Amino acid sequence: MSATPTPLTAMITPSAPPPDCATYERAGGWQATRKALKTLAPADVIDIVTRSKLRGRGGAGFGTGQKWSFVPKELASERRKYLIANADEMEPGTFKDRWLLEGNPLQLVEGMILAAYAIQAGHGIIFLRGEYHLPRKRLTQAISEAREKGWLGDNILGSGFSFDIHLHSSGGRYICGEETALLTALEGRRATPRSKPPFPQFSGLWGASSVVNNVETLSNLPHIIANGPEWFISLGTGPDSGTKLYGVSGRVRKPGAWELPIGTPLRQIIEDYAGGMLPGYKLRALLPGGASTAFLDEAALDVAMDYGSVEKAGSRLGTGMAIVLDDRTCPVGMILNLEHFFAQESCGWCTPCRDGLPWVERLLSAIEEGSGETEDIEQLARHARMLGTPGRTFCAHAPGAMAPLASGLKLFADDFSAHISHHGCPLRHAA
Amino acid sequence: MLTADGTLPADIKAEILALAQEELHPQGASVAALQVVQSRFRWISTQHVKEVAQLLDMSPDALDGVATYFNLLFRKPVGKHVILLCDSVSCWVMGRDRLCAHLCKKLGIQPGETTADGAITLLPTVCLGHCDHAPALLADENLHGNLNTDTLDHLVDSLREKP
Repeated sequence: MSATPTPLTAMITPSAPPPDCATYERAGGWQATRKALKTLAPADVIDIVTRSKLRGRGGAGFGTGQKWSFVPKELASERRKYLIANADEMEPGTFKDRWLLEGNPLQLVEGMILAAYAIQAGHGIIFLRGEYHLPRKRLTQAISEAREKGWLGDNILGSGFSFDIHLHSSGGRYICGEETALLTALEGRRATPRSKPPFPQFSGLWGASSVVNNVETLSNLPHIIANGPEWFISLGTGPDSGTKLYGVSGRVRKPGAWELPIGTPLRQIIEDYAGGMLPGYKLRALLPGGASTAFLDEAALDVAMDYGSVEKAGSRLGTGMAIVLDDRTCPVGMILNLEHFFAQESCGWCTPCRDGLPWVERLLSAIEEGSGETEDIEQLARHARMLGTPGRTFCAHAPGAMAPLASGLKLFADDFSAHISHHGCPLRHAA
Repeated sequence: MLTADGTLPADIKAEILALAQEELHPQGASVAALQVVQSRFRWISTQHVKEVAQLLDMSPDALDGVATYFNLLFRKPVGKHVILLCDSVSCWVMGRDRLCAHLCKKLGIQPGETTADGAITLLPTVCLGHCDHAPALLADENLHGNLNTDTLDHLVDSLREKP
């Protein structure tokens, strides 16, 4: 089905151990590091990645080259800069980085070397979620082998560039995926986000210049450096470039993840790759890119899964990992589950998020359990407006939490009223 | 047998000091240090928070703020094995509530509790990133997916047999 190149996953064999250094090299690995460290200046690497139009794969979609370019030029010779891989994959419904971490950890290591070289960082950190035990074992092995073979450490390839990687296993909190909360966590404190500015490129970990990139973003770098920006641009089908890891979970025939050209239509992902719905179930709606993205209904299925198109359709590409709501599962119950997650994972730093999200959860719970009243729906809509507007809370956690609620109140208005008039969930016993 | 109420053994202290030395500031090792304590005692007692805080040049309250913040750090005793049953959206859609009820009945406990014999603690957890195999759980460090009541029964039985 996919004749198009799959650079990110080409070396990954399901249920086989990941490639070691020699296997990785035979399959084309390390050539980008050789090319960069021997023939390219750091500014050239930034230029190539900027021209490739690679955008952050963690969800925000910020230009990677641009992100790096904000590292102050006057810090060029400062070695105490940090390049941090965000491997805190905690967005519900998302399992794409796990695929890369388990399947080809050396690809991430090489991506980190290239990114660190570009910004001239001497220190690398992988911030890994604590629940990812197999990725931890495989990363530990990959880092130690790369160090042993001279790909990490002092004076890599005799280039004068030195870089090493430390693996941090998180204590487990969703907010750590937010880059400034991640930095706070690495400083050994309660992981609350920081205000921006100053941006991490100016003042990040321990006050030093820091760049945080997602695992999938970094894993693209060896291929971009080896094959050039034009090649990378040619992989995408729409305005964005490269491939993207897409996935589907819920009541589909073949839940899973696939590497496809970025901009692949959602319908193709659901129907061709995930095999459509399980017998007896119909697709009602879906969250296209994780729990913090707005619901899209069937009418939006032809949307191209690139950043701009999904936004135009009223949601976000997010992580690109869709969660399907079927016609036999209660939408109110699903939104209650989502808001329980966001309320629990609020870091508690700012009042609207700390107090607002549990209130939303209680209102939804009352509606689902049958004690909801009509005005509760208006109360939910008010919260969706107030908490959903960026700038009214300290970070993007509450706006993300409100995306499925605000869209759900519109798409499932009839279900909400039915819960009020029936004094409970009409679907409760159907599923 | 060492208990979590006693003082920290010398090897653990040495390990924590070594972790602290790798960091620019000792506090950077706080989570890793608490993980070391937990991997030995299965949970982190108030006594141990105090001792670790001293090693990391932190106040006990600041360290306790960290210890109580993270989902995977336990400030109360847990059983020999910990089952983290995913309660996030994909697993919920795929019927995790029914499985949770089954598990509670089989173990005779509610989520958040430990079996009377101290063998198993059941905790809800956020998305485990195994959504294509939902419903999923983590039993100690082992990931299990595509769960049904039969596989759950089998898993509990095999955990009970493990030391």
